This record gives sequence, structure tokens and C-alpha cells, in this order.
Amino acid sequence: MARALVKLPASARRGEIIEIKALVAHDMETGFRRTQTGALIPRNIITDFACTYNGAEIFRAEFYPAIAANPYLAFTTRATDSGTIACTWTGDNGYSLTESAAITVA
Amino acid sequence: MNCGFTVSRSCCIALLLATAAISTSAAGIAPLAADTTPRRSGYDFMGRETRAMQDDDAANPGMLWVLDGEALWSRKAGAAGRSCFDCHGDARSSMKGVAARYPAFDAARARPVNLEQRINLCRTGKQKAPSLAYESKDLLALTAYVGRQSRGLPIEIAIDERTLPFLDAGRETFNRRQGQLNLSCAQCHDDNWGKRLAGNAITQAHPTGYPLYRIEWQGVGSLERRLRNCLVGTRTQAYDFGAPELVDLELFLMWRARGMKIETPAVRP
Repeated sequence: MARALVKLPASARRGEIIEIKALVAHDMETGFRRTQTGALIPRNIITDFACTYNGAEIFRAEFYPAIAANPYLAFTTRATDSGTIACTWTGDNGYSLTESAAITVA
Repeated sequence: MNCGFTVSRSCCIALLLATAAISTSAAGIAPLAADTTPRRSGYDFMGRETRAMQDDDAANPGMLWVLDGEALWSRKAGAAGRSCFDCHGDARSSMKGVAARYPAFDAARARPVNLEQRINLCRTGKQKAPSLAYESKDLLALTAYVGRQSRGLPIEIAIDERTLPFLDAGRETFNRRQGQLNLSCAQCHDDNWGKRLAGNAITQAHPTGYPLYRIEWQGVGSLERRLRNCLVGTRTQAYDFGAPELVDLELFLMWRARGMKIETPAVRP
């Protein structure tokens, strides 16, 4: 199921600054919480986020247990060429999710 | 009932006139009668950032549930091997305005059912699939997806002789003091809205955006979850999910918010 949203303008002028919004569904279980019987709930978080523009990395972030569930990031870049902007989230228990969006630069 | 309503209303008007005659300083104080109060959605009580989160589909985490619901809509389930789509077609047209009419009367149960119960009735009756648990991700996703199709449409609760007793029961629950704190819903949400309870705004309790993403929950939840929260807050033994008392209260609240616009999936602090 679709568990991530990547939004950016479908088209832009060359050199224009565009905003990329990335939202992902994730519980971000901190590893500090306990169940009602006192057992520790194991940590399960996203640890890394990376965004590539036609394969070249343009943005990277590291996530920690204090980041809220369903983390949302918004950042900007300069539109250089038409192509694909791909966002990848990786994390505990082999979690990996990639969502991409296309952009046309005129 | 109509008679009592007229009497209490004219009493309030008389009281308002009397107050105005004695002093004009009463202006600015919340009006006495609930039916003369301008109704405000919880959205109006939120900060700028939270509003921006709800307004932008790319930032509204509730949309993740809507997307899940969209996928579930066309997934075949149960012994009948049918999906929601097989009967209802494209939800964008067939489900438009549906959430604005719920809770609605169900002839088989001879009482109103809420949207979650309606979905589960379809699952057990038509799809021959087990019902989805209350507050499970799948049920919230489907409800959010169906609710999303009514966004911007006014709430229209049809009250007739079949649903009137349940509306009255819901109104009675709303106005009844209960729990260790001996509070009724009305004491906060009719009499003291606009003030603060600790750091939180006391709203008018119009359920315009359910199921909604609550930042405190870090997830999407139903109106019943919210109502149970309030009940626990007043130290009341909360009704079970799907309990007739809760559905009647939902019916009353939706009727009370009739004409207001659906915001599903809303974001609330």
C-alpha cells in the first residue's frame, strides 16, 4: 500500500527554487516505552532519509527516536533538469521505502 | 418535545432582553442560548501551523490513511471474493456525500449505525468477510477514504420518526452529568467553549473532520475514540466502541453540526 507521499511541482523553470515535501507513514517506536506488563517495546524507527535528483544526492537527514510518528520533511532545491526526484527512507528491521516523483524543467 | 423547545428558547430570549435592558456590558460574553451561538469547527480554534498541516494534502498525515483506504477499496475480500469497488464503483462519485449523512438508520438493526458499523455490515453481509476491529488501521483507512469523498459538503442528518428517539437519547447523554467529576458534555462544550482547559482550547464539539489525525495520538482515530477520551477525562466508565449510547451521541453531535462542512481527514492538536 502507498505509505509515503512525495509532492513537488510537476514543472518548473530552469534555475527556479522548488519545494519538495516528503511524508511517510511510520510508527517511530522510540524503544523507551513499555507495555502494561513492563516489557520494553523494541526500538523501531526510520534512521536515514535521502533524496536524489536524477541519481545525485541533494538532501540527507538522520532521524532519531525523538522524531514524531509519520515524519514530514519539506526542503528546497534548484530545478536543473527534467527527470526524477526519489526519496528513500531506511530504518530499523530492514525498513526501506522509496517514493519518487517526476519533474519537467523548461 | 417541540413545545419544550419553544418554551426554553423564548425563555432565553426573554433573559437576553432582560440582560440587555439592565446593562449593555453583557456584549462580548458567550450568548446564553446554544441555538443563537455561531457554530465553529475545531479548525477555528487551532494555531496557524496546525491549520496549514490540515490544508495541505502533502503535509496532512491523514492522507496516508486515505491512500490506504483507496487501495483497500478495490481489494477483494472474504468468501464472496468481492471488493467495495465491485458493488459501489468509483468511490469518488458513489461515496460523495455519504459520510455527511452518517450515523444513518439501518432497517435490519432497527437503529442508527455509524460509518464504521456500516462498513463492517457490508463486510460481513456482502463480502462474507470478518468484521474489522474498531480503530484498526484498515477500518480507519476505509472510513477516512469514504469520508474524504464528502470533504467540503454540508453535514445532512435526516431526522424522522424512526431516528428521533435515538437523537433524543444522544441529546440526553450530552446533557447528563456523569463520572466522578460529575460533568456533562454540555458544561464544557455549550457553556464554556472558547476558554481553555489546561493548554487546550475547549471547542464546541462539532465532529466535522472524523476520522481525523490527532497530533497527540500520532495517528488517525475515530469520533468514538475521541468521545471515549472525553469520558475518561471526566472519570466516567467509557462506553465500549460501537455501544448504542456512543452511536446515539454521535448522531446527536452530527445533527447539532448539520450544515457545517466536512473536513475529513482533519488535523487536530
